[in-house]
Amino acid sequence: MIHWLILPIVLPAFLAPFIVLAARYHITIQRVFSLFGAVALIAVGLGLSVEAASGEVMLYRLSDWAAPFGIVLVGDRLSTLMVTLTAVLALFVLLYVIGSKWDERGRHFHALFQFQLMGIMGAFLTGDLFNLFVFFEVLLIASYGLMIHAGGTVRLRAGVQYVLYNLLGSTLFLFALGAIYAETGTLNMADLAQRVALIDLGETVGIRIAAVLLLMVFAIKAALVPLHFWLPSSYAEAPGPVAALFAIMTKVGAYAIIRVYTLIFPPELAATADLHTTWLLPAALLSLALGMVGVLAAKQLDRLVAFSVIGSMGMVMVAIALFTPEGIAAALYYIVHSTLAAGALFLICDLARAGRANLDLTAQPQVAGARLTSAMFFVAAIAMVGVPPLSGFVGKLLIMDAAVQNPYMVWIWAVILGASLLSLVGFGRAGSTLFWKARAVPVDEDAEPTAAPGVLCYVGVGGLLALLVAHTLLAGPATAYATAISKQLFGPERYLTTVLETPGKLSDGKEEDH
Amino acid sequence: MELLVASAIGILTASGLYLVLRLRTFPVIMGTSLLTYAVNVFLFASGRLTVGAPPILTDAARYTDPLPQALVLTAIVISFGMTAVVVMIALGAYLGGNDDHVDDLIPASDAEDRT
Repeated sequence: MIHWLILPIVLPAFLAPFIVLAARYHITIQRVFSLFGAVALIAVGLGLSVEAASGEVMLYRLSDWAAPFGIVLVGDRLSTLMVTLTAVLALFVLLYVIGSKWDERGRHFHALFQFQLMGIMGAFLTGDLFNLFVFFEVLLIASYGLMIHAGGTVRLRAGVQYVLYNLLGSTLFLFALGAIYAETGTLNMADLAQRVALIDLGETVGIRIAAVLLLMVFAIKAALVPLHFWLPSSYAEAPGPVAALFAIMTKVGAYAIIRVYTLIFPPELAATADLHTTWLLPAALLSLALGMVGVLAAKQLDRLVAFSVIGSMGMVMVAIALFTPEGIAAALYYIVHSTLAAGALFLICDLARAGRANLDLTAQPQVAGARLTSAMFFVAAIAMVGVPPLSGFVGKLLIMDAAVQNPYMVWIWAVILGASLLSLVGFGRAGSTLFWKARAVPVDEDAEPTAAPGVLCYVGVGGLLALLVAHTLLAGPATAYATAISKQLFGPERYLTTVLETPGKLSDGKEEDH
Repeated sequence: MELLVASAIGILTASGLYLVLRLRTFPVIMGTSLLTYAVNVFLFASGRLTVGAPPILTDAARYTDPLPQALVLTAIVISFGMTAVVVMIALGAYLGGNDDHVDDLIPASDAEDRT
């Protein structure tokens, strides 16, 4: 049994209390340990990815109890990729946090950050639906703390909305889990996959309701229209680097949809066969359109970026809703791209905020360090909008290519292309107002000049942008790997046998028949 | 007993949803509490309703499914903690802004447009 697999969860789980208890008043020690955690997570994530790249499915049985009786962690190509992506994003966000001194504006930033990482990693690795719920709650409760970090009435108000919305989402999740357990008597994903397929077609009412409820829960996480209302305020009001880390949280929803609806309710399952085309695809197209209209209508830069996140999640969901191997592969390529691009954009928002009264899209005197900030905004906006030469364009091309066979191909192409045009106009207008027209505004002589952001800030943003460039240059290998992941997802035999047939406690012949 | 449990879940959910739609922090928090009670009873019922049987395998033929009880325990702890967090954040927002509406304030620029 590979003990490495639990390290992405255990490491932040130990670092966070250590930071609270031992290094409470020593910001430098907190930073060192937090950075160490992120670097170590990248190393572990890369190691696990290399292990999983061969197609091997790693299994970790907690306390050695055999599945489906015990909780298992499963590492396949998809989950190790997501773990590595989270760790990489976390490192650059942390560099930015340290450079911009956000962690000094309130307490316990680094501890909450580590708990957040623990929840996200756990959600990616677990092989048990109830455990997925628990890790969702871990990442949520840490995110509540991070979201209202540094306080302020506006932020607290947005925080109340965010917490309440997610509380309702959690309740819905529990209803779905209760329904699934009542219908099948298990919550282990691999075991569920086998038992759901055995349910008689005439008696699928309960499991169909459960499937739809679960889809709604994950759609809330992924901010799919019409369940997206929590996102714009909370992402816009959260501290910049926290919003950048939250870029991975919407992807947790996307990941859960991919995992559950390829493994437990696969497209060929008769009971839930129409779910994807009837509900997921229209909702995804609507999110894409509405997100990009929001980009055009936004009056502040942070809201604009928040709406572009909704739009890009819509794009991801369009690709997922096709539920073909090509579609999922395109979605995975786009997920990596959109996480990096959204993270970079939120950090740039925070850079642009430095030295300005607000982020309203009006021409205001130029801020310190505007030259570099605007250059970075230009690159990140190109990536997010998806025009050549960056990876957003490649990802969009892959998604459109995957949609050619779909009967709704005309709709998909029309919405994707129309939404891209809208976001191009929106981002172009925002950038020119914020950075270009600012040059014409006379500088107030009496105002104190603000200091330019520190080098580490630019390292954080620049690192994410460099990864975007790398994601574009290495698009060939990246899509090959995404295709390999989706092949593994659509042929889950190895996953099922690894989870269910590896012996552990309770399965050494003395097992009682329940 | 099925009717009693089912109607309890239904009434709790309905009242919870009504309160959540009131859009003021106190009723909304009460509403989410009622919803979590409803879901706890629902989870309990997902292991089938059995009266007077131990939640453990013995030689006796009847036993209660122990797993939902463990699930409910987890759910209770989590919802309790979450409610405490939301009460604190809502108190902070109320004391800071002297307003306990849950929905967005109308931005000053939009308010001018409307008048």
